[in-house]
Amino acid sequence: MSLQSFFAMGGYAAYVWPAYAVFFVVLIADYLAPIRRRRRLLRELHARMARQKARENRRTSDAMDTARQQP
Amino acid sequence: MANWVPLWLHRLSAPPTFYRFAGKLRPWCFWLAILATVIGLYGGLVLAPPDYQQGDAFRIIYVHVPSAWMGLFVYATMAVAAFIALVWRIKLAEVVAMQSAPIGAAFTFITLVTGSLWGQPTWGTWWTWGARLTSELVLLFLYLGVLGLYHAFEDRRQGARAASFLAIIGLVNLPIVHYSVQWWNTLHQGTTVRLLGPSTIDSRMLWPLLVMALATHLYWAASLLGRVRTDLLDLESGKHWVRELSQVNHRASQ
Repeated sequence: MSLQSFFAMGGYAAYVWPAYAVFFVVLIADYLAPIRRRRRLLRELHARMARQKARENRRTSDAMDTARQQP
Repeated sequence: MANWVPLWLHRLSAPPTFYRFAGKLRPWCFWLAILATVIGLYGGLVLAPPDYQQGDAFRIIYVHVPSAWMGLFVYATMAVAAFIALVWRIKLAEVVAMQSAPIGAAFTFITLVTGSLWGQPTWGTWWTWGARLTSELVLLFLYLGVLGLYHAFEDRRQGARAASFLAIIGLVNLPIVHYSVQWWNTLHQGTTVRLLGPSTIDSRMLWPLLVMALATHLYWAASLLGRVRTDLLDLESGKHWVRELSQVNHRASQ
């Protein structure tokens, strides 16, 4: 069987190959969706934790400043 | 029965444990699915002879039928998880039930589109309101209904319970899909592959179909494990194990 006749699918290429394309495109999208969501979640969580830490540091240094100003 | 089985299951259902377990299992399922797909499609597209009536158009069967089986299988597993979630209030069961819905919807969507692409050259129409096609469309709407109801609630666990209830009610559609070709006159052909009794399909056409069915089951496992893992991270984002993980992940990505 030649490669050309394989791709021709006995004249049904216009139906067979789109069916396979839909199968693979939908499943690849399904597979990638949670991977991308997981990356985003971890990135956001890390940013939130960094902000929290910065706020805590600011608060302690502010408290130290007020303590120093008092006689 | 030995009591280590329920004990092991109980430990496994703890989110951090399941997260690690799923992370180890998932690549295996995925690569075995790829391997089975390559073997199955080589058998189906190259080795199997053309159908005596449909010519090469019949080769759509290797994506259409496994997807249709998965649409039903995923629904059944979703309903079982939903039942466990409602009765025993296990968080992991809720997550499994809700994360099954997009996978089942994907397979059902593939079934409808590839069926349409198969119907045009063989029946001369893209769509008919026959029993099989209509009940399959209802299946897609059930999946979308479960997803919609789940996301309609502010509280995610409350949404999961409401959607679980809908998932269980929707079970009545499964026998309708399966038996529709026997109960009603329809353009859709009857069953040719049987678990019990002889299949009425040439073995050179049959084995690639069974390998593709195996591939889609493996793929389903990989996809579900990935989705459940990710959703557990979201649900438990305030917990220590997730915070630790995000630190490790951040250091690794730098």
